[in-house]
Amino acid sequence: MGSPVPGAEGRPPATAGGGTPLAASTSPGLKPPTKRSTELFLLAFAAGLVTIALILVEANQEQELTMNIVWLGLAYMGLLTVAHLAVRWWAPYADPVILPCVAMLNGLGLVMIHRIDLAMADVKLPNNGVWSPAAPKQVLWTAIALVLFCTVLKVLSDHRTLARYGYTFGFVGLIALVLPGVLPSFIAPEINGAKIWLSFGAFSIQPGEFAKILLMVYFAAFLVSKRELFTTAGRRFLGLDLPRARDLGPLIGAWLIGVGIMVFQKDLGSSLLFFGIVLVLLYVATERAAWVVIGVVLFCVGAVIAWKMFGHVQIRVANWLDPFADATNKGYQIVQSLFGLGTGGLFGAGLGGGRPDQIPEANTDFITAVIGEELGFVGLAAVLLIYTVFAMRGMRGALAVRDTFGKLLGGGLAFAVAFQIFIVIGGVTKLIPMTGITAPFLSYGGSSLLANYILVALLLRISDAARSPKATPKPRPQQPAIADQFTVMVERPK
Amino acid sequence: MNTPLRRVGVAMMVMMLLLLANATYVQVIKADDYRKDPLNRRVVLDQYSRERGQIIAAGGEPLATVEKTTDRLRYLRKYAGPAFAPVTGYFSTVYGAGGLERAEDDLLNGSDDRLFTRRVSDLITGRDPKGGSLQLTVDAALQQAAFDSLQGVTGAVVAIRPQTGEIIAMASTPSFDPNSLASHDVDEQQTAWKGLTAEDAGLPLLNRSVAGLYAPGSTFKLVVAAAALAEGKTKDSEVDGRPVITLPGTDTTLPNFNDSNCGNGVTASLQEALAKSCNTAFAVLADQLGKDKLTKQAAKFGFDDSDLKVPLSVETSTLGPMKDRPSIYQTGIGQRDVLVTPLENAVIAATIANGGVRMRPHLIHKVLAPDLQVISEDKGDDLADAMEVEHARALRDMMVESEKNTFQGGRLSGVTIASKTGTAERGEDVKATKPNAWYVAFAPAEKPEIAIAVIVENGGDVGLAATGGRVAAPIGRSVIGAYLGSR
Repeated sequence: MGSPVPGAEGRPPATAGGGTPLAASTSPGLKPPTKRSTELFLLAFAAGLVTIALILVEANQEQELTMNIVWLGLAYMGLLTVAHLAVRWWAPYADPVILPCVAMLNGLGLVMIHRIDLAMADVKLPNNGVWSPAAPKQVLWTAIALVLFCTVLKVLSDHRTLARYGYTFGFVGLIALVLPGVLPSFIAPEINGAKIWLSFGAFSIQPGEFAKILLMVYFAAFLVSKRELFTTAGRRFLGLDLPRARDLGPLIGAWLIGVGIMVFQKDLGSSLLFFGIVLVLLYVATERAAWVVIGVVLFCVGAVIAWKMFGHVQIRVANWLDPFADATNKGYQIVQSLFGLGTGGLFGAGLGGGRPDQIPEANTDFITAVIGEELGFVGLAAVLLIYTVFAMRGMRGALAVRDTFGKLLGGGLAFAVAFQIFIVIGGVTKLIPMTGITAPFLSYGGSSLLANYILVALLLRISDAARSPKATPKPRPQQPAIADQFTVMVERPK
Repeated sequence: MNTPLRRVGVAMMVMMLLLLANATYVQVIKADDYRKDPLNRRVVLDQYSRERGQIIAAGGEPLATVEKTTDRLRYLRKYAGPAFAPVTGYFSTVYGAGGLERAEDDLLNGSDDRLFTRRVSDLITGRDPKGGSLQLTVDAALQQAAFDSLQGVTGAVVAIRPQTGEIIAMASTPSFDPNSLASHDVDEQQTAWKGLTAEDAGLPLLNRSVAGLYAPGSTFKLVVAAAALAEGKTKDSEVDGRPVITLPGTDTTLPNFNDSNCGNGVTASLQEALAKSCNTAFAVLADQLGKDKLTKQAAKFGFDDSDLKVPLSVETSTLGPMKDRPSIYQTGIGQRDVLVTPLENAVIAATIANGGVRMRPHLIHKVLAPDLQVISEDKGDDLADAMEVEHARALRDMMVESEKNTFQGGRLSGVTIASKTGTAERGEDVKATKPNAWYVAFAPAEKPEIAIAVIVENGGDVGLAATGGRVAAPIGRSVIGAYLGSR
C-alpha cells in the first residue's frame, strides 16, 4: 500500500458531530467527543440481533419469508435511523448506550409480538376465532412514539424548563390517573379486572402510563423547591431523624393515591410502582433514610388492609403462595408461566419453538415469560441485563448532571424503569405476587410505548445536559422586581 | 444528592440480582419438575404435533396412519377400525395411549434410539422429525375374519404361524373405535372415553388375547399329556377311566363330563382319555406326575414368563401354588388356580404343531424408518424345546382324535384339524354359572400352517349349556377356514 494521503489522519471523521480530534487534543477545555458514532454502531448491532431473531422465528414457524416481514424490518430500521438522527441534532452529547438498549428491547418486543401472533393464528384461525395480528399495530405505535420522542427532544431543549410547569404537570397527571377510575364504564371499561383504560371506539389508552411521568416531574419539581422543609428534622427516634408530622403531607398524599389506584382501578402493579417511585424521590431529595422506613411501614399497613378487604388482592396473594392449589383456574396464568419458563430451561426452546399460546396475555404482561421459554434463562438474563444497563446509564446521567431537579428527575425515571421491571418479571417468575403491568418497550400496548419513549427522551435530555460542554443557558430568572422581593435569611452552610 | 442516588443505583442492582436468582431457581433448579408436571401440555403437544409413524398389516394394509390437519396438533391419527383396535390400540391427547401405540410409542413418535442417526440428519437438514413405522405380522383379512366370527359374543381369538411365532390374528371383543379417542375434539374424546369405561360397556379397551386370564379347563390336558409323554407314557398307555373319583383326603368328588365312563370304566388309553376329555384320568395323571414335573412342562410351554412382550405386555400364565394333592388333581384338568391367556394357549398349540419347538410369539415383522427403509426385521427365534418331536407327533395324533369327538359345527372338508376343547367352570356354584368355552387347534395336522386359541366368555350365545365344542370350536374352525381358504 502506498503512504497515507497527507492530512488524511487529521481530517475530522465525517460522522462525528462537529468536534475535531486534532483541536481537542491540543486545546484543553474544548468539546468532548459526542459518542454518536458509538451509538450508531450499537444501534446497528441491535438491529442485527433483532433481524436474526426475526429470521429464526420465521424459520422455526415454517413461515415463508414474505414481503410483510421485509416491510416490518425496514420500518424498524427506518425508525431507528430517525431516532438516531434526532439525537444527533437535538441532544448530541446524550448517553450513547441508552438508545441502543431501547432499540434492542423494542425490536425484541416486536419480534416476540409477531411470534405470538403466529401462535395465536395457529390456535384461532382454524376455529374461526376473531383475531388480528398485533405486530403491525405495534410498529405503528412505535412510529407514533418516535414522533413524540423527537418532539420532546426538539421542544424541550433544557429539562429545567419542566420544573417551571411542575404544578400544571401534577394537576394534569392526577386527573389522568383518576379519570378511568371515576368515569362510567362505557368510556372506561373494566378489562381483565382492571379499570385503567379509556376507550375511544377503535383504540384505547391507559392514561396512567402518562400520569406516571407527569407526576414524577411534579414531585421532582415540588421536592426541589421545598427541599429545605423536608430536611428539617423532627424528633429523633431509634437513631432516625423523624420528619415533622406536617411534612408528612406529600407522602400521605402519595400513599392515598396509591391506595386509591388499588381500590378504584384494581391495578396493584401501578399502585406499587407509583408508591415506590414517590418514596425514592423523597429519599433522594431529602437524603433521609427515615422517609424510606416510614414509607415501607405505610406500604405494609396499606398492603395488609388491602389484603383483608379485597377479594382480588387475596386471590393474587394466594396464587403467589401456591399457584398449584388452583392450577387450572385462578392460578392458571402463573402456573403456565412457570411451566413455560421451566420447559425453556437454561437455553430455551428456541425462538419460535415454544408454546406462547398456552399463556394468557402472552404479548403484554407475560411477554417476559415467553422470552424465558423460547430464549431460556440465558435470554431472560440478557434482557434483564439490558434493562440494568439502561437504568444504570440513566442513573449515571442523573449523577453527572449539575442541577438538582435534573438529578431528581433522572434518578426517578431510571429507577421507575428498573422498579417496573422488578414488579413485572418478579410477578411472572413468582418472586412477588403477580400484579399485571407491562414490561417497558417489550410489551404490546400503545400507551406504554408512548410514555416510555417520552421517558427515554427525558433521560437523553438530562444526560445530554450532563455531558454537554456548551454553557447551558440558565433559565431566565423569573424574579419579580427587586423591590417586590422578600428578604431572605442566608444561613451559614453546615 | 449523589449519595442517595448511588444508593438507589445499588438498590436497582439488588432488585436485578433477586430477579436473576429467582429465574435461576425457576428455570434451572425447578425446571425439570415444571417440564414434567402432568398439567404442562407443552412437551405433550410437541410430541403430538410430530408426524407419527404408521402401523401397517403384513400385506401393507394401513392400520394406523396420519392425516394432515390445519389445527395446532397438525396431524390426526386415523385407524382401520374396531377389528384392529386390540392390536393398534389408541393414541389420545387426553387419555394417553394403549396397545402398540403405547408399547412402541418411542419408535412411532421418533424418539427411539434406533432412529438416532436419522434424527441427527433431520436436525442438520432441517427436516421435520418423523416417527418410524411398524409392519406387523397380522394378516389383515384373517384379523377381520376373526373379529367377525366373534360378533355377538365376548371373547378372543389368537392365531399364530407355528414355524415362526408370528401372530397373524389377535382379535378381542367387545372392541372399540380408536378414531373417537384420537379426535382433536376434546369433548368427543371425553364422550368416547366415558362410554368405553362405563360399568356396563364390557371392558372394550381390554385386549383379552394378552390381558385376559382364564382358567384353561380341559385345554390344559395338553400340558399334562405332554408331561406324561415326556415321562415315557405313550398314547396307548392305560390311564384311570373311572367316571367319578374322590379327591384324596376329602369328600369332594371329581366327575367326568356327564359322569360318563372313560374307556371301559376302569382304565382307558391316554389317547381316548384326551379325545373324550376324561377328567378323572388327567386328575390322577397330574397327581402321579407331581407338582414339579407339571410346573416344568408348563414353563417349557411358556408359563410363568412374566417378561413376555409381543411387544404388548402379556399377562403371566400360571399354575397356581398347588399346595396339596386335591389341588394338584384339580390343576390337572385346568381348574383350581390355573390361569392362562388366550395367547399362551395359542402358543401351546403352535408349539405342538411345530414339533415341540416353542417360537417366540411376536406382532412386529419389520421396523421401518420414516422413509420406509427397513431398520430391523424379526425372523422369529425359538425359545425352548418344549417336547421331543415324536412326543409332539403323538400328541398331535391324539388331538386329531379329539377333534373327531368334538361337536362338528362349522366342520371344514378336506382339512385335518388337531384340536382340544375346554369348558372352564367358574364361580362357587359351577352348575349355575355360565362357563368359559375354549378351543385350541392347529391345521392342517400333517403340515400345520396356523395354530389358534379361541375363548368365549360366559357361554357365549348358549349360556349354561355351553361347551368348548359347541361354542368355541365353530369359531375356531371358521378362522382356520378363512386362513387356509385364502391361500
